[in-house]
Amino acid sequence: MADSKSLIALKGIERTFYLGDSQVHALRNVNLDINPGEYIAVMGPSGSGKSTLLNLIGLLDRPDVGTYQLEGRDVTTLAPDEQAKVRSERIGFIFQSFHLVPRLSAAANIELPLILAGMSVDERTKRVAQALKEYGLMDRAQHRPNELSGGQRQRVAIARATVQRPAVLLADEPTGNLDRVTGEEVVRLLEALNAQGMTLIVVTHDHALGARAHRQIRMEDGIVLSDITQMPEQAG
Amino acid sequence: MLIADSTKFALQAITSHRMRSFLTLLGIAVGIAAVILLTSIGEGVHQFVLAEFTQFGTNVIGVSPGKVKTGGQPPTGIPTTARLLTMEDAKSLKQLPNVTGASPTVWGNSEVESNGRLRRTTIYGVDADFLNVFSSTVQIGSFLPKEGAGSSRALVVLGSKLRNELFGSMNPLGARVRIGGLHFRVIGVLAAKGQFLGIDLDDTAFIPAARALELYNREGLMEIHVSYTEGVSSTTVATAVKNRLKLRHGHEDFTVVTQEDMLKTLSNILNILTMAVGALGGISLLVGAVGIVTIMTISVTERTNEIGLLVALGARRSTILALFLSESVMLAALGGALGLLLGTGLAQLLRLLLPTLPVHTPWNFAVGALVMSAVIGLLAGVLPARSASRLDPIEALRAE
Repeated sequence: MADSKSLIALKGIERTFYLGDSQVHALRNVNLDINPGEYIAVMGPSGSGKSTLLNLIGLLDRPDVGTYQLEGRDVTTLAPDEQAKVRSERIGFIFQSFHLVPRLSAAANIELPLILAGMSVDERTKRVAQALKEYGLMDRAQHRPNELSGGQRQRVAIARATVQRPAVLLADEPTGNLDRVTGEEVVRLLEALNAQGMTLIVVTHDHALGARAHRQIRMEDGIVLSDITQMPEQAG
Repeated sequence: MLIADSTKFALQAITSHRMRSFLTLLGIAVGIAAVILLTSIGEGVHQFVLAEFTQFGTNVIGVSPGKVKTGGQPPTGIPTTARLLTMEDAKSLKQLPNVTGASPTVWGNSEVESNGRLRRTTIYGVDADFLNVFSSTVQIGSFLPKEGAGSSRALVVLGSKLRNELFGSMNPLGARVRIGGLHFRVIGVLAAKGQFLGIDLDDTAFIPAARALELYNREGLMEIHVSYTEGVSSTTVATAVKNRLKLRHGHEDFTVVTQEDMLKTLSNILNILTMAVGALGGISLLVGAVGIVTIMTISVTERTNEIGLLVALGARRSTILALFLSESVMLAALGGALGLLLGTGLAQLLRLLLPTLPVHTPWNFAVGALVMSAVIGLLAGVLPARSASRLDPIEALRAE
């Protein structure tokens, strides 16, 4: 199934958690091929394994069985420090609760991945300034997260996730903490990024949001129920 | 991650909880201040005691009869083969190169009677070189004259306290004094020298050594004090003294102790004392370190989310470890710097308020205290930082 051109290739992925005595099969025999530039929504009820899938693609978790190839490279067995490097350079995360560092300004939050990558100060200032401009946050640069609106916070988070120009953007319920209007605004921002060629994977409960994706993956009990690639369609 | 960046990151984390961070570093500050203050007092006492000893001049060698290093007292009943130190030995030592004086010494306790008053006091049998050896000065009259052994006249020089007790404000020169059963004529009074470790150096009388031998019915001297030119190594002179006496006695049946050796031993003892009081201060430092462990553990728990985020953004485990370690090191180092100011400030204040209490802050201790606080921060940070770096990022991101 996996061809060498695919960005992400998951083969026979199994992931089991142990909660006390009981086993939870978060993922069962998941096979997935994702091409560069795709816009994917992963949907399903809570506990269906969609978040586990996202964490696995983001190299925050490892499968018990199966292989994961990212850009043709087997990353399943990479050493932790190598995985950190891949996360730093190729993967961007967006969270439902933004996860901004409260004591740092918007600019400093955006700068964080660059600092962790050990980039020089000059290069960093340039990139942060550009990101602030692109996301319309110029006049909010020195504000702390608690001085920003929800939409602004998520924009800072998106700027932070994309400042390293990753290959894939992973969004876990990106609009879950936002009202409808701001949510719409954030989704459009993400779609614009996807239009520029960035692969976008969104995990969501929201059918309306899921329906906008070009490819919908439905999950239940750790199994991929359906995987439909087509133009937007109203699901459910 | 660059070091400057991790330092800045840690500093931001510290300043985001001003009150809490201040109280934590205050714990370390108090500990460091206590260590500095106590060691300052210890070091001051150290210097004070050494100064007490060196007031006699440091270039003095003492020779006493018997060889202590070869083991204890001779068995009772068997006469010792050790030869006594004699006036002739002292005279012979005076001729050695670099030696400026060799005073035979005999001491005892006798009743001194004059001017209708009686006082029990310490009597020293010495010769003219004594003045040189003990860096004393004559207040009025003169000291014992230089003269050949065996022909010493019955003269006495009084310590200033003894003179006051016996004669008050009267001129004692030429007065007759009875010591034990012998009569002496006063020819001089020494300048007051004060106390030495609780012994009054001025409540004394000095008579010729030959007379003292007679007075106490002794055949040999108790000690010979040799003084030598300043700047000459004490071992050179000590060796010369040893060789000369060995030649005279046939073998080494005497003990040579240089003032330098004695001061070294004393200094070692006092150093241990200083360290002991420093260790007492170290206890409060330990309490401060526990404070850092506590606050860092709380900090890791509070910032679980942030740790998960940092991992997601590509931070290595070692980076997270380094971030939290540098935070605790900085907390402790800031505390150390504050403690340094506090400690030296208190030491100075103490010097102003109690000028008699010797206080001296050694700078190597101050620098050591700073380094120590940083090391404490490092050690205190290890456990919390390790638990931070081992967090499961997924759990960490989910935590609220």
